[in-house]
Amino acid sequence: MIDKGRVFKYGDNVDTDVIIPARYLNSFDGKELAVHAMVDLDPTFAGRVQKGDIIVAGKNFGSGSSREHAPLALKEAGVGCVIASTFARIFYRNAINIGLPIVESPEAFAGIEDGDEVEVDFDSGVVTDLTNGKTFEAVPFPPFMQELIKAGGLVNYVNSNK
Amino acid sequence: MGMTMTQKILAGAAGLDYVEAGQLILADLDVVMANDITGPMALPIFFKMANKVFDKDKVVLVPDHFTPNKDIKSAENAKAIREFSYSQGLTHYYEIGQMGVEHALLPEKGIVVAGECVIGADSHTCTYGALNAFSTGVGTTDIASGIATGKAWFKVPSAIKIEVTGKPKSFVSGKDIMLHLIGRIGVDGALYKSMEFMGDGIKNLTMDDRFTIANMGIEAGAKNAIFIFDEKTKEYIENHSDKKYKTYEPDEDAIYDETVVIDLAKVRPTVAFPHLPGNAHTIDEVEAMDKIYIDQVVIGSCTNGRISDMRRAAAVLKGHKVDSKVRVMILPATQKIYKECLNEGLVDIFIDAGCSFNTPSCGPCMGGHMGVLASGEKCVSTTNRNFVGRMGHVDSLIYLASPEVAAASAIKGYIANPEHIN
Repeated sequence: MIDKGRVFKYGDNVDTDVIIPARYLNSFDGKELAVHAMVDLDPTFAGRVQKGDIIVAGKNFGSGSSREHAPLALKEAGVGCVIASTFARIFYRNAINIGLPIVESPEAFAGIEDGDEVEVDFDSGVVTDLTNGKTFEAVPFPPFMQELIKAGGLVNYVNSNK
Repeated sequence: MGMTMTQKILAGAAGLDYVEAGQLILADLDVVMANDITGPMALPIFFKMANKVFDKDKVVLVPDHFTPNKDIKSAENAKAIREFSYSQGLTHYYEIGQMGVEHALLPEKGIVVAGECVIGADSHTCTYGALNAFSTGVGTTDIASGIATGKAWFKVPSAIKIEVTGKPKSFVSGKDIMLHLIGRIGVDGALYKSMEFMGDGIKNLTMDDRFTIANMGIEAGAKNAIFIFDEKTKEYIENHSDKKYKTYEPDEDAIYDETVVIDLAKVRPTVAFPHLPGNAHTIDEVEAMDKIYIDQVVIGSCTNGRISDMRRAAAVLKGHKVDSKVRVMILPATQKIYKECLNEGLVDIFIDAGCSFNTPSCGPCMGGHMGVLASGEKCVSTTNRNFVGRMGHVDSLIYLASPEVAAASAIKGYIANPEHIN
């Protein structure tokens, strides 16, 4: 599987309160949430993001609340992949569970600029910046998580192991 | 090689004699909890996997975030988990009038005890580590799967040892200790790891101090925070629960990635400035700065809404008036604490000082309702997060502090040292 898109670059500690503020959590409709994705960090994001676009960020992406509304809002907004130096652990689990592709790579964060065109090959874990020609190797998922991803998330995994 | 407390509990929950950091396990769950934000979203996912909950005594639903219902959508969400709880015959569903902020309520009701393996669809589920339990926050899909199967997968975490020595001075409580610690190790200082609290200073921490500290483990990125079991834990659990429990201590040769030593005697009242809980400043540093004038004070939440927090705030506020430009919201975390505040005369102190005294709710902590901030406003809050926009407008500012610093600030109208209030 390959994702190609334009990069929206942010810094460290992008928390779930800015990804989707609590004032919108009276709904869990993905399409409704997507309208407000990233609003408290970048109010222009939801209007600009195109299907397949990529968020690149620093340390501890998705820190804070356990709200699964956060990865859901990004996925429904069209985000094809989030690349970060590290992810907060609940966001990491939630993203895998709902099928939002995530890639851990401090090198990619360092080497990719806002607005670059980037391609992510999820099978090989290689991230290519098509704008500057640099490539990066992502930290691979543990085998169990690869199984979860292959099954299409936790629900299918649980049902297939009944 | 030895195991940490967390690793021992996880080994037991997975039916294994031994686990090590990095190992993936499938664990049996003793308690599975969700609230009115994560619960409704979990229901359609649950019904893809099952029709009945795995155990009606072990699934806990607490409507606490947007309740009393703040708008029609929230009311519909609360209705969804209410109807689910009734139709599934859940033992532990707590309606308005009996409820409380979940992480204060579950220990108080004796639902969680030592040695258990607990998940909650709320990041502050790490609170129950104060009881010597393994407890961690997860999202909606994980909780739906937990409600359906009674199981969850975990990567066994490595750990940081927090060696606690000494005794805290007056006006220093769990909140100051944890803000100090997060200030030292950073908001991702314990990412993916356990924080295990031990050492001869633990005996000088009340259970409420320990709940506050464990509660904010997530603010250092931790998977869980856990305290050793001692006489105070035993007394608390036996006063609140009939459940059987099992206690855990780390093996002597348990492996810790690092050890952080905290001398409680040296911790000062501490304030976390916007926009990170790790942005810690001692009250002495704050006093050396230009005064930071404030618009609002919130005292409550799963972090600091317990009875000792109410008592500490009342002791500072007694005989004083809050500054005329400051709005003060006090929210005891449970109905029991609310009643204790009434019986102990604390409510009189609060109201005479000019504070509002409110029904239990997460309310303002995450900008839900009951104290949302306008643009440019500053708030001193005993809650757990000071992220951008957390309590309202994206341009509002949150300063995290203890109940005593919050009370002193309410009186002065700027962030103030409770040691200097007569």
